Amino acid sequence: MSANDSGTDTLTKARIVDWVYDRIESTKADTGDYVDELIETIKETVEAGEDVKISGFGKFEVRRKDSRLGRNPKTGETVEIPERKVVRFKVSDVFKDELNGEREFDGF
Amino acid sequence: MTKTELVDEIADRLDVPKHVAREVVDGFFDAMKHALMDERRIELRGFGSFTIRHYDAREARNPRTGEIVEVDPKRSVHFNVGKELKQRADTLNDYDD
Repeated sequence: MSANDSGTDTLTKARIVDWVYDRIESTKADTGDYVDELIETIKETVEAGEDVKISGFGKFEVRRKDSRLGRNPKTGETVEIPERKVVRFKVSDVFKDELNGEREFDGF
Repeated sequence: MTKTELVDEIADRLDVPKHVAREVVDGFFDAMKHALMDERRIELRGFGSFTIRHYDAREARNPRTGEIVEVDPKRSVHFNVGKELKQRADTLNDYDD
């Protein structure tokens, strides 16, 4: 595990709750529940196959992948990887420009 | 689903005023944008992780004119889907756990 994986700099759910807590008049416990519900709503929407598009941030979408032949890296055996659905995230053009200094960073 | 629709859905589910739901949604993504701007990793268990990836400057060809152009170095966001979301989104396959 690299130093990056568990560093103190990592933004975790607890830290996001702190951030949201500063913006609303509520208890820490309720704020935690609100953030949990937000995450669950995004998961359910993606699970239903619907895109979630957050302007200024990015888009979560589900893509269908055809079945294909793959190889078990341990045994070298050829196996069929079944048709499946995968989640993809595409960063928004606005956010990409902000990351690259081509547009002034604007939070929400 | 757009951000506005997400706000409406959250307000409905939590039974809170719309302006509160909007602060929850905006605050959530605001925290993430600030972290990524500072090249900090984001880790949301069961959902996924976000990291910044750097891409070197490179030469590319304009497909229309054939002209070689210099592409600036850039950074972008990489998302690695978490185990729970990965399995729930793949409704074509069953997972044991």
